[in-house]
Amino acid sequence: MEVFVQQLINGVTLGAVYGLIAIGYTMVFGIIGMVNFAHGDVFMISAFVALICFMAVTALAGMSGGAIFLALLVALIVSMIVTSLFSWTIERVAYRKLRGSFRLAPLISAIGMSILLMNFVQVAQGARNKPIPPIMRDTIRLFEKDGFVVAISYKQILIILVTALLLGIFWYVVQKTPLGRAQRACEQDQKMAALLGINVDRTIAVTFIMGAALAAVAGTMFLTYYGVVVFSDGFVPGVKAFTAAVLGGIGSLPGAVLGGMLIGLIETFWSAYFSIDYKDVAAFSILAIVLIFMPQGLLGKPEVEKV
Amino acid sequence: MMMEAPAREPVNLAGLLKDAAFAAAIAFGLFSLLLGLKTDQTLNNQMVLVPRPGLLFTVVGLVFVGRFLIGYWQAINAGKIKKKKAAATPLALKIEKYGTAAFVGFLFVYPMVVLGTAGPSGAIKWIDNFGIQILIYIMLGWGLNIVVGLAGLLDLGYVAFYAVGAYSYALLATSEPVKEFMASTIGPSFWPLWAFWICLPVAGILAAFWGVLLGFPVLRLRGDYLAIVTLAFGEIIRLVLINWVDFSGGYAGISSIPRPSFFGVPFNATESGFAATFGLEFTPIYRTIFLFYVILVLALVTALVSTRLRRLPVGRAWEALREDEIACRSLGINTVNTKLTAFAIGAMFGGFAGAFFAARQGFISPESFVFLESAQILAIVVLGGMGSLLGVVIASILLVGGVELLRELDFLKAYFGDGFDPAQYRMLIFGACMVLMMLWKPRGLISVREPSVFLKEKKAVSSDLVKEGHG
Repeated sequence: MEVFVQQLINGVTLGAVYGLIAIGYTMVFGIIGMVNFAHGDVFMISAFVALICFMAVTALAGMSGGAIFLALLVALIVSMIVTSLFSWTIERVAYRKLRGSFRLAPLISAIGMSILLMNFVQVAQGARNKPIPPIMRDTIRLFEKDGFVVAISYKQILIILVTALLLGIFWYVVQKTPLGRAQRACEQDQKMAALLGINVDRTIAVTFIMGAALAAVAGTMFLTYYGVVVFSDGFVPGVKAFTAAVLGGIGSLPGAVLGGMLIGLIETFWSAYFSIDYKDVAAFSILAIVLIFMPQGLLGKPEVEKV
Repeated sequence: MMMEAPAREPVNLAGLLKDAAFAAAIAFGLFSLLLGLKTDQTLNNQMVLVPRPGLLFTVVGLVFVGRFLIGYWQAINAGKIKKKKAAATPLALKIEKYGTAAFVGFLFVYPMVVLGTAGPSGAIKWIDNFGIQILIYIMLGWGLNIVVGLAGLLDLGYVAFYAVGAYSYALLATSEPVKEFMASTIGPSFWPLWAFWICLPVAGILAAFWGVLLGFPVLRLRGDYLAIVTLAFGEIIRLVLINWVDFSGGYAGISSIPRPSFFGVPFNATESGFAATFGLEFTPIYRTIFLFYVILVLALVTALVSTRLRRLPVGRAWEALREDEIACRSLGINTVNTKLTAFAIGAMFGGFAGAFFAARQGFISPESFVFLESAQILAIVVLGGMGSLLGVVIASILLVGGVELLRELDFLKAYFGDGFDPAQYRMLIFGACMVLMMLWKPRGLISVREPSVFLKEKKAVSSDLVKEGHG
């Protein structure tokens, strides 16, 4: 029971990170029907930008409690801006021209972009693990039984709160603003949306930017939670987040969050009760099983095959 | 009176400069943190930031100049009417036909040419790093070409079959029970000498079996989803190889794998060795040359089989499946068998290549079978123009050979300082090539297709009519 509650807390934290990345996959797939393979690496870049910002601010302001809070806030905001810029540039340079091309072209371009980004960071920042000093180590003890303490750390509270807040803002933008309406229109029918005066190119660019901004939140949270980042960190979380998007039903926003939570929970419970070595195998297996047996996911619409 | 050429519009320099400045501003935003500040660890493990303004402004300047030049080039070409591209002619096919023949001829004399020009000690590098390395990728490319190019099934986990082949050979050849069994039945010297030749077909068959096993569940999937599932399978196999230490040795891999013999004659300095048997002086180059011919023959078999299969009913079914699966089904083609044969045959050649790889290296570990390898093989097939054998060759030479060539650029150190290592940029350049190639020629270098069935006369199939990737 105690282990279960503790793993539940850890799983929800991890799930929040996966859910945030998964939204980027699901939105892009919904609007232009491509798997943005480079999204995981965009997430990794955001963690690096947050790392550099955090180090720069703490180098100037010291390591007091207030300074760390300021550093995290600055890291989050700057990371969101820079990562959005990255995503916008990638869409503009590598994907836009291929939108009308044959189906594999954008996917291959995205794989190339993923390799490019990963190795750019490796060359620019080095191949070693990049740690930050431990921060926010305090925890709240929830209850204790037989010597096993169930605790939630401030980091986890912060991650869950920030995720919930940003998801709320994001939900409002997609559902209630003209921008969100334009996005949903493009998702349904790009040609018709264009005829009705919606700037399709700009709407797609904004979709990439929004996905990247949420990935940047995930990247900053990832850095805060694990305290370390390395250039190859984009691939596995990227695939897991994609799994989350598929599990929730690709194209569906609540589905992405739900899928992220499920993947986070499955991963932590698997590690706790079965084997930590095979946790990535579990994630990849779920991906394969869901795609094979339930390609529409939990909340997605089944795809109708037209002749 | 001659018609006057229409006056060309003057190039809008101010607009171009504005564009370039915008691009430079974007580049500054992108790179100011990631390039401008480097995270470094001091000796007492403290993380510090090292500013690098010089590098940052060089890159931003390069972006400015680059954007300006591209814009200028586009502006001066804007008024010109593009010559309509002539429809794909049989000439392109002729080039492919004779080009391939000439290339194969060249490959057979390549080791001799290198030996003659570089001498025995210099030649090993050119035959091994360039010749054998490129040929392995050509073979893998041709194998994957059956799955992706002919059957139109996008496979991002091809490296799994390469791994199955390599591990099959490595495990069988180093396994004690097999060694003892062979020693007791045939003789102690038999297994180390013949292991490669016996395990090579076994590795291919096992890989084909895995191809069917992994192909079966994904029969219903198509396009992107198929790609992602095959990626997942590839990663699962690699992770199992890492974690199942008792079986595969985990990260440590398998070492001291027996090397291939010259059909029973080992390549060593002993009395019964290759050099002594043929009355030659012993040097390690003979083994390298022999390996070169082995992979060359294996690759040619792959090419031959895939060109022949294309003309058989199963090959036609593959190509029909690539064009339109629903039409195929309506015409009574068994799509299950068609897809599974494509997976199995493609996987089989991957398995052969894997066994060869294990024999050539003498050591394998899961590190050799990462996703990046799959991406690289797929990139070779796609950049070459899916379905084109010669395209795969050109793409392998450009990508693999080009990357290998980067290691040779030591003279650049004179300009950039001693810390400059061109080889570390190879994957960066590789990724950029993939993106640029898609932007420039999404259909690949050789996109013309030779029809396998025709009415009266042979006409090339233009690339626009080929629709890979729907499968």
